[in-house]
Amino acid sequence: MSAALKSGEVPKFRPTNVGRYALWGGFALVLAALPLVFKQGFAITIMSQMGIFIIAALSYNMLLGQTGLLSFGHAVYSGLGAYFAIHTLNWIAAGKILLPVALVPLVGGLVGLVFAILFGYITTKKAGTTFAMITLGIGEMVFAASLIFPSFFGGEGGISANRVVGEPFLGLTYGPAVQVYYLIATWTLVAMIAMLALTQTPLGRLANAVRDNPERVEFIGYNTHMVRFMMFALSGFFAGIAGGLSAINFEIVSAESVGAQRSGGMLVAAYIGGVGVFFGPVIGAIIFTFFVVAISNMTKAWLLYLGLFFVAIVMVAPGGIASVVLMNLRVWKAGFMNWLWKPYAAVLATGLIALVGFVMVVEMTYKISDSGTGGKVSVFGVQIDAGTQTPWIVAAVVLTIGGFLYRRAWLALKRKWDEIQVLLQTRSL
Amino acid sequence: MEFFLVSLLNGVTYGLLLFMLSSGLTLIFSMMGVLNFAHASFYMLGAYFAYQISTKIGFWPALVIAPLVVGAIGMLVERFGLRQVHKHGQVAELLFTFGLAYLIEEAVHLVWGRSAVDYRVPEDLSGTLFTVYGTAFPEYRGFMMLVSILMLASIYLVLTRTRIGLVIQAALTHPETVEALGHNVPRIFMLVFGGGSVLAGLAGVIGGNAFVTEPGMALSLGAIVFVVVVLGGLGSLTGAFIASLLIGLLQTFAVGFDGSLGKLFAPFGISFASGTFASEIWSLTISSAAPVLPYALMVLMLVFRPRGLLGTRDV
Repeated sequence: MSAALKSGEVPKFRPTNVGRYALWGGFALVLAALPLVFKQGFAITIMSQMGIFIIAALSYNMLLGQTGLLSFGHAVYSGLGAYFAIHTLNWIAAGKILLPVALVPLVGGLVGLVFAILFGYITTKKAGTTFAMITLGIGEMVFAASLIFPSFFGGEGGISANRVVGEPFLGLTYGPAVQVYYLIATWTLVAMIAMLALTQTPLGRLANAVRDNPERVEFIGYNTHMVRFMMFALSGFFAGIAGGLSAINFEIVSAESVGAQRSGGMLVAAYIGGVGVFFGPVIGAIIFTFFVVAISNMTKAWLLYLGLFFVAIVMVAPGGIASVVLMNLRVWKAGFMNWLWKPYAAVLATGLIALVGFVMVVEMTYKISDSGTGGKVSVFGVQIDAGTQTPWIVAAVVLTIGGFLYRRAWLALKRKWDEIQVLLQTRSL
Repeated sequence: MEFFLVSLLNGVTYGLLLFMLSSGLTLIFSMMGVLNFAHASFYMLGAYFAYQISTKIGFWPALVIAPLVVGAIGMLVERFGLRQVHKHGQVAELLFTFGLAYLIEEAVHLVWGRSAVDYRVPEDLSGTLFTVYGTAFPEYRGFMMLVSILMLASIYLVLTRTRIGLVIQAALTHPETVEALGHNVPRIFMLVFGGGSVLAGLAGVIGGNAFVTEPGMALSLGAIVFVVVVLGGLGSLTGAFIASLLIGLLQTFAVGFDGSLGKLFAPFGISFASGTFASEIWSLTISSAAPVLPYALMVLMLVFRPRGLLGTRDV
């Protein structure tokens, strides 16, 4: 720093952040290359839904993770965005408006923004439990209203449209699923960058401050209500984009897209992934979509498994998967991983045994409650008969022994883990 | 007049049922600071257990056994679930009960299937209690009213006249002091949670056959109970009572009332073409808007009086 700085002047040296460009460039390349690797229609469907849900979960996390607002009605904004988007598609088809299909998600986003501004001003007056309950109330209200006004919401059947409308732009008709995938991937990338950039802005920083200590923020002269309100409105915008994309992807929007189940899904996805880290909800969205699309094809009990997974995360790792990864990274960097791999292996092995027993019990119970008597049911590719006694005994034995061993392995892991944490603490002092 | 009396009676019955749920929820909230999302799930469990028991040994044993089983489950949930999560903070506690509600619903799917079960009003009570202007008032409604009033009287007596009730009241506002006086506050929490679950379970036993016992019943009633608790004022039992009756009456009356904006203005010759969005708002009857009313009321309340009817603190 050779030249003297005048008072108040800030030295302007910004090194090019190579790592950042490499990371995003790499991510964009991965998004572009995925359909070339996974060519099956099923894979493309899953990846499209993952992209949509990544935006939704990240927009949800703008509230929960970044502003500390627990919302139970976020689907209102994605759902209304989806409804307006599907109507826009129909209007384009009818020649009422001229808009490229690629920009329809933006319509969804703007609608989400408008409704978030409309409802958000009251909603964000208070944080905490009040916020949670008002969002729940508004969510239920919109859902109930959606069944009352069939001309707009389409009643039980919903509204459907055709996405192959308007003039093709650069030859893209969005007929084939791959083209829709690339549209979604592009929007996902843009939305992710925008949301990440938002965390770096003064507003994003203030939101974190409002989350951590609203009283102090008021003392230094900021209006916490305004900060919450602005974050809420912006999060509604991104949720609306996700809704618009889902309208294009599925070509149908029904009342459940504003319902409590969908709101709960966003919450579960964001929380499983980890709300404390920006990329947490991305992981969560991928896992959640995998459950919704893939596991639900295999078993009817998928919601039970998902619920158990969620409760386990809440009880054991409230920071979500991202925090578990980060904590292990820290342990690994400090060179303690060789202490842990044995207990990890033990927990994994015993956990798998207990899981097999549990899945057997659940699947056989489902079979019996479905058919009334029992019958063949396939568990991990093995056919077992739920009507006979032997599989029940086997399942009970496997579950008991596995559960007992798992408990022991888990306690052992916990002891080692705590030991390492103490060591890390003393070392950093 | 006939419509009015019948709706009044039905509304009060429904309101009392709501209060059996909201009283437990309010007690749990004011004591532990946890809004129990799974509370309505205990109601559902009560109904299903009662169905199961009544097919085996009859309704009367079920009336006693089912709530007790639900209460035991509630205590286990508090002891081994909620108390473990407590150290992770309020959001984690709230989310734990949220996840639990999911799990209970799925468990019900697992055991009893996805459609409604045939849980019926017992033979002894299927008669008519009395008739008003030619409309029969079923015996079972009277029985529901009786059970809820007995239950409420006993809660009131337990809370105000017994030693444990006084300790509970003290622990509502000053848990640290109560602990310093040598009472086992975590155990009191467990008892209150269990007691709230018993109430919810009992409401399920008597409500499940009056309405319908199906896996969606927890979700639909749970949201209404939340509305009641917010309207009454978080932490206020009296407020919860008034709000329960209010919502009970509002919903019952609204369902039977088919006035609309259009009818109101029809004498002035104002009308809209049918099939448009405006005409749907215009011709929207109060009965079809009934599901929205409680939530609209709650939002209005939170805007104008965030502490609720009788709450002492802003929620």
